[in-house]
Amino acid sequence: MTTNYETREHDVLVIGAGGAGLRASLEALAQGASVGVICKSLLGKAHTVMAEGGIAAAMAHVDSADNWKTHFRDTMRGGKLLNNWRMAQLHAQESPERVRELEQWGALFDRTEKGDILQRAFGGHTFKRLCHVGDRTGLEMIRTLQDRGVQQGIDVYMECTVTRLLTDGGRVTGAFAYWREAGRFIVFKAKAIVIATGGIGKAWRITSNSWEYTGDGMALAYEAGAELMDMEFVQFHPTGMVWPPGVQGILVTEAVRGEGGILRNKAGERFMEKYDPKRMELSTRDVVARSIYTEVKEGRGTEHGGAYLDISHKAAEYVKKKLPSMYHQFKELADVDITKGPMEVGPTCHYMMGGIRVEAETAQSTISGLFAAGEAAAGLHGSNRLGGNSLSDLLVFGRRAGLAAAEYAKRASASSFDNSQIDQAEKELLAPFSNSGTESPYAVQRDLQEVMQNLVGIYRTKEDLEKALVELGKLKVRTAKASVEGSRLFNPGWHLSYDLKAMLIVSEAVTLSALARTESRGAHSRIDYPNVDPVWEKKHNIIVRESGAMKRRESPLEAMPEDLQQILAEDRS
Amino acid sequence: MAGVPTSLPESRLGSTLRGDAWWMEILAVVIVLGGFGAYATLRAFENAYYFWGPYLSPFYSPLIDPQHHWWPFSPALLILVGPLGFRATCYYYRKAYYRAFFFDPPACAVGESARRNYRGETAFPFILQNVHRYFFYLAVLFIAFLWRDAFRSFFFEGRFGVGVGTLVLTLNVSLLSLYTFSCHSLRHLAGGKLDCFSCATFGRPRFAAWRVSTFLNERHMLFAWCSLVSVGFADFYVRMVACGTFRDLRLL
Amino acid sequence: MKEATLLVFRGDSNGGQTIAYRVPVAPGMVVLDALHHIQGHLAPDLAVRWNCKAGKCGSCSAEVNGRPRLTCKTRMDDLPQDQPITVLPMKSFPRIKDLVTDVSWNYRVNRKIPPFEPRKGVEWKISQLDVDRVQEFRKCIECFLCQDVCHVLREHDKQEQFAGPRFFVRIAGLEMHPLDGRHRAALLKDQLGLGLCNITKCCTEVCPEEIRITDNAIIPLKERVVDEFYDPLTMLFRKVRGQ
Repeated sequence: MTTNYETREHDVLVIGAGGAGLRASLEALAQGASVGVICKSLLGKAHTVMAEGGIAAAMAHVDSADNWKTHFRDTMRGGKLLNNWRMAQLHAQESPERVRELEQWGALFDRTEKGDILQRAFGGHTFKRLCHVGDRTGLEMIRTLQDRGVQQGIDVYMECTVTRLLTDGGRVTGAFAYWREAGRFIVFKAKAIVIATGGIGKAWRITSNSWEYTGDGMALAYEAGAELMDMEFVQFHPTGMVWPPGVQGILVTEAVRGEGGILRNKAGERFMEKYDPKRMELSTRDVVARSIYTEVKEGRGTEHGGAYLDISHKAAEYVKKKLPSMYHQFKELADVDITKGPMEVGPTCHYMMGGIRVEAETAQSTISGLFAAGEAAAGLHGSNRLGGNSLSDLLVFGRRAGLAAAEYAKRASASSFDNSQIDQAEKELLAPFSNSGTESPYAVQRDLQEVMQNLVGIYRTKEDLEKALVELGKLKVRTAKASVEGSRLFNPGWHLSYDLKAMLIVSEAVTLSALARTESRGAHSRIDYPNVDPVWEKKHNIIVRESGAMKRRESPLEAMPEDLQQILAEDRS
Repeated sequence: MAGVPTSLPESRLGSTLRGDAWWMEILAVVIVLGGFGAYATLRAFENAYYFWGPYLSPFYSPLIDPQHHWWPFSPALLILVGPLGFRATCYYYRKAYYRAFFFDPPACAVGESARRNYRGETAFPFILQNVHRYFFYLAVLFIAFLWRDAFRSFFFEGRFGVGVGTLVLTLNVSLLSLYTFSCHSLRHLAGGKLDCFSCATFGRPRFAAWRVSTFLNERHMLFAWCSLVSVGFADFYVRMVACGTFRDLRLL
Repeated sequence: MKEATLLVFRGDSNGGQTIAYRVPVAPGMVVLDALHHIQGHLAPDLAVRWNCKAGKCGSCSAEVNGRPRLTCKTRMDDLPQDQPITVLPMKSFPRIKDLVTDVSWNYRVNRKIPPFEPRKGVEWKISQLDVDRVQEFRKCIECFLCQDVCHVLREHDKQEQFAGPRFFVRIAGLEMHPLDGRHRAALLKDQLGLGLCNITKCCTEVCPEEIRITDNAIIPLKERVVDEFYDPLTMLFRKVRGQ
């Protein structure tokens, strides 16, 4: 049945063109590799643009006492010690250099009086640490990387979706993809592949994520045999918009709280005093999200089921200067002037701490030739990510993945694979056109989002999770039957029918892992197991595909070296 | 739910799906600018009624060879090129007249006629717009003369006084000054051309100058229209007083 | 619940027509929500680009009632309720399908622009007062609405000679970068067609980021080109100083 497809060949193929993907591409290119980067959207539209608050890097421009050790400690404590300590260490040590590098490529951060990069406070960070550009740091970062990539000669495949990794004897050697525009197929031969596809938020109803974040990269890796890790840790950002309905879930940057924003309930009480009197609004995201959720659940929520977030006590000009996009977002979408009154906010599905299991130094997954970085990879953030640590994650591990992939490609033999994989991928992708029946992929997606929102949300129970597994099983059957109308020319219904498959894989992985972890830690909160269990502090949940089915395993944490343990133990106030 | 298919309109002059009165803006420009142009032309050729007592019409200032020793025509024609050139090459007026008189474009997202090869400001005559800064230098000279005229309008036969004409001329030169000093070219020359205010020689004062001219420049359009009306009115007032239709009211 | 009628372009590079869809209107709804409703319930193959849905990525550009807009920031309640709302693809770019156009030309233009290159031996200290001006240009979200509305591209099809407002904004950001050492005036004049712009300001009017494209980017660049090529005094002065 082989339809015509074009073939491209690269030493290193990067899937995903957000911060991590672009940084990986640049590094691989710098190593002399030929690099192709694939993105589902247009270049420069990835979710990195939505990162608003800043990049965490211990540059000590504002608080001179800051250093990598403190950043390491903050990250580990924020992640409730489930982090890969080596990743946390590398991240804390390397991020200042990665930020400086961005400036050398043309980025321009806000400045201190002395002309250095200005840093702001953020939840869970001991010191003022976030390098920022107003509240559009991510845009600055992606534009800088994008323009440099274009200049350096990276081949970019825009609006192209990879649906399958091609393997050869346990090694990843290529990828099968289709152009979204024309619906034609394209096969990539590559010596090494870096996955930087971001998160999975679109499986939830209330999310800050766009249509792209369907867990493709994790699903691709899983299907190719790689291990996924800590999938139960899904971060709900405490502050998403709640009203009007169309904007529900859209992110309200943590920078609002970083700049002094105060959370209140319906009665006007500053409720964070109850939940974390020491850090208040700048507590970690898991704590703040649960606090808002609890306030609403116990009847102290606002009119539209959220909490009030107020920055109007600051001077109007200051708010407009430091939070310009928040000002416009609320003014235009919700008719609220944030310099005069409070915003209504509530938790929104935001970030995936879990993902593809990788080696700290090289970002290589558990199968050879496959690397992962950014949100798609697991490890750095443990059970809860601190705000600002994702942009630095993208740069630090994007670079490491690109470097390692290029080095791997130098040693690797030429790419080859069995063409029957292509035939199978084609058949699978085109199936919805020949399916009869009336099942709409949109309807399946809506139902999936309800299941995940209601049963695998902020608070979880055994009953809910078990029910979710049953529901997911039904949705899988419906997905296989989903049919699409129209042609292969830019057909979003068809595109969604593949995305659904990926979403279902990661949703099942999340649910299975959440069910197994009988404790509450970081972003994973079990009503039936409300406390931290020291036994679970020592192990990761691993998801892997074995003989066609999803299997869960446990894997012990690697022991932390003495010197890092000491750093962690310091200042245990 | 899909209803009746509707085909799209063709692109031609004035074609648009905009539902608002987009033509209002160009209509206003045509009337005001066109009206001013016609009036100014008539007045420039009239060669009469351009002064009364201490008042001199801005269309005739500076007054050169009024006794026709060497210039047989209206003295206004000698100086017209200054203010006319400044306004014709002005970055704001260019927008206004390209839209209103050349339909290039008539308004945003409104069709133009299919036609000639568009050259923008890359070929004659519009390439001459690039000399705008020289007209600015000239305009500053004119502003100096007009301030002199305004100053003189306070003295009636050697004695201090204020008439309605005094106020008209003073207000006019103030608005003309605001228009002139809100010029885009000045904003560039004052400091905009620097890449690094904090490291250039005299960077700080030039930054301050750039900030001030930016503040003014943001209101350039407002000043352009206000001063156009005021300069026309100042001339009209002087003319009416000079020919005896109005009597200048003395306030002091 | 209230309803609205949307007339949405359906078709591809070979042509097409607008088709009417009835959509329920919820409070605070934007045009993109309406398009999603159509996708989810009425026409699953309706092609539309979008990402962040918060006005930050610049993907969902289209022409709503004849005006280039981000559909995610165009509120239904700001549009006349009694008439159908027309949604067309951007006119300046080749149509692919429905509301999706081929914007790849922009990425090709971007490649012609020499990147940031710090001056040799410069000390890496930057003052906020130098950053403020450049940061305005860096707000650009590449929605390409300015490219769509610019009549040089929209009506005169000068894609080969003209870079368009988006890239003048980008170059302004590079030229005015306090540490950049390159000069791009000749490129602007000779290859990117800055002179074709007749500063009629439609780009500024449509910019969702409220970048003052004409006054702060294009006109200052035109003045820099004048410094370099059209001002005899400045040119002489430069020659005398041996620059």
